[in-house]
Amino acid sequence: MSGGHAHTLHIHGHSVAHRMAPHLKVAALGIFVVAVVATPARAVPAFGVYAILLGTVAAVSGVPVRFIVRRMVIEVPFLLFAVLLPFVGSAPYLSLGGLRVSEAGLLAAWTIVAKGSCGVVASILLAATTEVPEILTGLQRLRVPAPLVAIAGFMVRYLEVIAGELSRMRVAMAARGYEARFLWQAKVLATSAGALFIRSYERGERVYLAMVSRGYTGTMPVFAAQGVTRRDYVQAFALPAIAVVVALAGWVVVA
Amino acid sequence: MTPSVAVADLTFSYPGGHRALDGIDLTVQAGERVAVFGPNGAGKTTFVLHLNGIHRPERGTVSIEGIELDDNTVMEIRRRVGLVFQDPDDQLFMPTVRQDVAFGPANFGIKGDELDERVAEALDMVGMIDAIDRAPHHLSLGERRRVAIATVIASQPEILILDEPSSNLDPASRREVADILKGLDVTILLVTHDLPYALELCERAVIMNGGRLVADGGTAEILSDARLMAANRLELPFGFDPRTVRR
Repeated sequence: MSGGHAHTLHIHGHSVAHRMAPHLKVAALGIFVVAVVATPARAVPAFGVYAILLGTVAAVSGVPVRFIVRRMVIEVPFLLFAVLLPFVGSAPYLSLGGLRVSEAGLLAAWTIVAKGSCGVVASILLAATTEVPEILTGLQRLRVPAPLVAIAGFMVRYLEVIAGELSRMRVAMAARGYEARFLWQAKVLATSAGALFIRSYERGERVYLAMVSRGYTGTMPVFAAQGVTRRDYVQAFALPAIAVVVALAGWVVVA
Repeated sequence: MTPSVAVADLTFSYPGGHRALDGIDLTVQAGERVAVFGPNGAGKTTFVLHLNGIHRPERGTVSIEGIELDDNTVMEIRRRVGLVFQDPDDQLFMPTVRQDVAFGPANFGIKGDELDERVAEALDMVGMIDAIDRAPHHLSLGERRRVAIATVIASQPEILILDEPSSNLDPASRREVADILKGLDVTILLVTHDLPYALELCERAVIMNGGRLVADGGTAEILSDARLMAANRLELPFGFDPRTVRR
């Protein structure tokens, strides 16, 4: 069994970014991402500013660059798509190192890479500095509908339980000589997926009974969260405020 | 004195017609610890789900401390009767231990500092206060079972019902749970197949079979009645003689 600070995206620490009220962090992330997305793609220096901002947060919160790069692998499928764009885009064409590439395609590829990466890195930083329950409390304070927060909470809580059940089922299959090697053995996997669904469904019913027996009547209790001061707001919104200014400046310069 | 639990002629059928409970009569006095034995499918779980108002009697009545179970009293009864389920993964559904222990009292209207005190007190009683900010899935089974007990005692119930509290625990965890239960000043109903555990914790035992109560008496006497035990698929562990156990 692992310790308390053990979700794989989290880096334990006590920096400003770690201590910040989670709902402010989530809101700051939202504003930052909107600002990034709203920046005109041709305003290239703006993305340099965003990179510096994110780099500062990473440095302050002590999140290693290697960790961020490793986590960025999640955007690879999108990047592959972006790489294709310059070659399948429409005229006018440019010549780039002997290759004929579409100007519009190149711009679209740049947009995906730059904006996507900024959003992904910002999300990684949020996850690295915030425990999952805190993110949930943050969402709750931001008035995200309670059923959605509850569903996210249950998902976090039961993901490992269900993964544990799946791995036990696989061990049980392997112990009786089953190894999925060929396509025609897929039927067994489909059956076990069905069995897993039924088990999870039944667990859902039992969890519901446990909730009802402790007085649940349809609304999850809201727990008090840490108070916030004006300083917290300033700290949390400094970064997205700069991003918004940069995005606006980008529009002025490009226009 | 008003009995803690008074059940009269309790009858219940599941949709589809299977009669799970067939005229149960049981009275438990305040402070008693009663073991509930019976083979699988005897109706034990169905029975305890009635005591907390999750199932409603088809016929007969359930009264908790003189309050009869109905639509108006069900919340009060749920506060008074704490149910600890067999699988702590069913019982612990919130992202942190703190929120999970607070879930019950919060539903019953406790908030602010009083809620924090309740949570700390309950976790302290089960020796799990250090785990307050941890996620339930990062705890061992024994720890999760202790937290599961805390989630219920945080509502300060007068009656505690436990479904197989010793199952799958290693001997030390089993002992820790027993010590917690002995230290609580509440009425306890212990549903279990672990007969020595019941003998240690409960002075009285009942046997359920086929939806009926077929025996009610001292735990040692019931465990010593070989014919009664065999008729209800109950067996003592090898070498265990309830008559020679020093209590």
